[in-house]
Amino acid sequence: MSNGPEHAHPSTRTYVLVAAILAVITAVEVAVFYLEALDPVLVPVLLTLSAAKFTMVVGLFMHLKFDARLFRALFIGPLFVAIAVMMAMFLMYGVFRG
Amino acid sequence: MSHTEAAAMEVHSATGLSSRKILMWTFIGSECMLFGSLITTYLVYRGKSVVGPYPEDLLNIPFITVTTFVLLMSSLMMVLALAAVQRGDMKWGKVWLFMTAFLGMVFLGGQVFEFTHFVHEGLTLKTNLFGGTFFLLTGTHGAHVAVGVIWLLSLFLLAQRGRLTQANAETVEIAGLYWHFVDVVWIVLFTLIYLLV
Amino acid sequence: MSATGATAAEGGDHSHEGTYSGGPWSWITTVDHKRIGVMYGLSAFFFFLVGGIEALLMRLQLGSPENTLIDPDLYNQLFTMHGTTMVFLAIMPLSAAFFNFIVPLQIGARDVAFPRLNAFSFWLFFLGALFMNASFLFGGAPDAGWFGYANLTSTQYSPGMRIDFWVIGLMVLGVSSIAGALNFIVTIINLRAEGMTFMRMPLFTWMTLITSFLLVIAFPAITVGLVLLMFDRMFGTLFFDPLAGGDVLLWQHLFWIFGHPEVYILLLPGLGMVSEIIPVFSRKPLFGYAFVVYSGILIAFLGFGVWAHHMFAVGLGPVANTVFSATTMLIAIPTGVKIFNWIATLWGGSLRMQTPLYFSLGFISMFIIGGLSGVMHASAASDLQQTDTYFIVAHIHYVLFGGVMFALFAGMYYWIPKITGRMLSDRLGKLHFWIMLVSFNVTFFPQHFLGLHGMPRRTFTYESGLGFEAMNLMSTVGSMVLGASMLIFLWNVLRMLRKGEPAGANPWEGSTLEWSTTSPPPHYNFRVLPTVHSRDPLWAEDTGDSMPGDDPSVADPHMPGPSFYPLLSAVGIIVMAAGALTTTFPVVFVGVGVLLFGVYGWAFQPLEH
Repeated sequence: MSNGPEHAHPSTRTYVLVAAILAVITAVEVAVFYLEALDPVLVPVLLTLSAAKFTMVVGLFMHLKFDARLFRALFIGPLFVAIAVMMAMFLMYGVFRG
Repeated sequence: MSHTEAAAMEVHSATGLSSRKILMWTFIGSECMLFGSLITTYLVYRGKSVVGPYPEDLLNIPFITVTTFVLLMSSLMMVLALAAVQRGDMKWGKVWLFMTAFLGMVFLGGQVFEFTHFVHEGLTLKTNLFGGTFFLLTGTHGAHVAVGVIWLLSLFLLAQRGRLTQANAETVEIAGLYWHFVDVVWIVLFTLIYLLV
Repeated sequence: MSATGATAAEGGDHSHEGTYSGGPWSWITTVDHKRIGVMYGLSAFFFFLVGGIEALLMRLQLGSPENTLIDPDLYNQLFTMHGTTMVFLAIMPLSAAFFNFIVPLQIGARDVAFPRLNAFSFWLFFLGALFMNASFLFGGAPDAGWFGYANLTSTQYSPGMRIDFWVIGLMVLGVSSIAGALNFIVTIINLRAEGMTFMRMPLFTWMTLITSFLLVIAFPAITVGLVLLMFDRMFGTLFFDPLAGGDVLLWQHLFWIFGHPEVYILLLPGLGMVSEIIPVFSRKPLFGYAFVVYSGILIAFLGFGVWAHHMFAVGLGPVANTVFSATTMLIAIPTGVKIFNWIATLWGGSLRMQTPLYFSLGFISMFIIGGLSGVMHASAASDLQQTDTYFIVAHIHYVLFGGVMFALFAGMYYWIPKITGRMLSDRLGKLHFWIMLVSFNVTFFPQHFLGLHGMPRRTFTYESGLGFEAMNLMSTVGSMVLGASMLIFLWNVLRMLRKGEPAGANPWEGSTLEWSTTSPPPHYNFRVLPTVHSRDPLWAEDTGDSMPGDDPSVADPHMPGPSFYPLLSAVGIIVMAAGALTTTFPVVFVGVGVLLFGVYGWAFQPLEH
């Protein structure tokens, strides 16, 4: 079990940088939303951007990237179950068909 | 559960990890299913309302983008607060803790404004499925933000009285895990509710 | 701190009476996992008897055709509360009683990771159970079935407070269960004794861990369903109103996304108990330990992918029905693996035919029958003939009574000597077993046929001349004997308390750590925390140095002090629930105030005194 509260945490500079990237991605998301030319790819693009932000906050702000593997398992396991159940529901209800 | 509860338990730790942190991560795992079920309800009922107002009539993207930005920045304040407490800099620790809670309150204020506006426009819980699912989903998230704000303000007041120090950095870290998770949920909701109308 | 003067774990002739001494206040404020376990056990068994009486009343009504003993309205309340009580107020807390008492001992810890959170879980369960049953006094109990299908539960079809009791009561019990499960996850992960790797953990502890994960992941789904329903009833939302576009099936989905994992929440602790008992009474280690562990994990995962098999008849379409049929049949594989492991453990063992083994064998055989009928309606085509008939009633009772309750009784006979320090009578235990086994089958086996002959479930009577009379009468007679068999158990327990023989530390020559300390254990469990080097530490040859025992030269360990705040916090939640029930918002705010006061008091009260 890898252990270590003292694993090199990102520096303040990194945190600010991450926040800046998050803000930029949010701006891009809104831009994508308004650009009609991107309508055909709206859903995949927005979901990807959202997932990128999700991963950055969980990995860097919540330190999951540096922290013990156990925490990763405790989070990703239930998240995986939740996403799988949601997908099954969306398929049955035809959510993807819009 | 304050620092006191953990202190006595620190003696046994089979993994070398903090019991309270394991508790918080497991709780967050549980929350995934809670928000997963709420999001499922929202999406399953999307487009099923038989009377208006409909999402496209009401959702104000520029406004919600601003409050989304505010919540994102509160996460930055949170990591800065934790970093400050961890290096023993309680002066900045208090500043960032307060800023985190303050931005959380700004976000909540934005939500109150949005809800009031929607009600004014004729959308309530009982108007249609959109009203019910929207208020329930964003309201549950808002309730989580409110709990976080109370938690952070409690920590701030403790720090003011000198009862929160470098030794309790983990207490701040755990509050931070909760706060970031609430932020992460909003990242998902912002996309699913507002951008993928 | 003085409580226990006794020493010497080995002889076990010094029982630790101090574990349970002290007045009511010491029980109300206790944070000791053993006392909390005992309180869980007593209240769960009480509700088991309540649920049993509800069942017997229904069987009396069904004993003859066109009977008028119980009117349809009361009958609806009885079957609803029977199911709800047995699932949430009897089996789950009975498992929780064993989690509490046994798991910390099995992993060689002094208590759970968060003792006060543990007390909070218990009090919230207990008050929530009383809350739910208080409905009988205020206009009638919930009457829409334990599954509460929408829109039977709408204000249109269920006016009054009955359903509100059910909705709010289940939310309260959910909070209690999640809090308890979080606690056990942390406890098992973090408080294991030195040297106890995950693959050296006793199987009961393993199944507790898996069950706890199921709880924290599955309960939020029903919580959301309950919130939707509560909003529909209290605030006039339209979630389950078809006229407004709402979908009543969404309730069924949310309910069974929780409800099927719930089946494994009920079952897995029993599987764990039997996996402990069979090796001890066969005098050899469990066959294929890793297989039993991994099949438990696999059952838990697959358990989240089968929920719609409860909904084959609602018209999900051929694709969904086929997929869910297939996943459901898959679950039979890891379950079968476990059964073969138990049989292989018994094979060639030097069997000691005592009560716990009797109940374990009863469990295996009854559970196989229940499993087989389960595979039958895993097939959607077959299920369409069986759904909502007595065939399903027979199936779930073979799984939950023939399976889970037999396993829980095995666990009770096995561990009660550890809990009380005294032995139950083996003769009375076997008498209990045989009467229970026979009457159980007399009660429930005919229900298979009743179902296949078309008798619908949840109906208060049936006409004569349909060919249902004889088998219903048989079932009713069986159920009365089944109920009476519980009296033998109660008598056995009372007899034990009066004149049971001292149990000693390890009456069954068990292999796991709970048997290395006195019966009952001192309130700190182990004066010196044990170190383990193998899966069966008490059977291993290195017992000598791995079991330091109760070294009197070591001072009593410091233990968490009592606290009133967990109960106070739970009371706050119940006050909130009562306010929500009657939609008097000032009461809700009072509840919130009490809860906040409790939580802050809790947070700032030092753990040790």
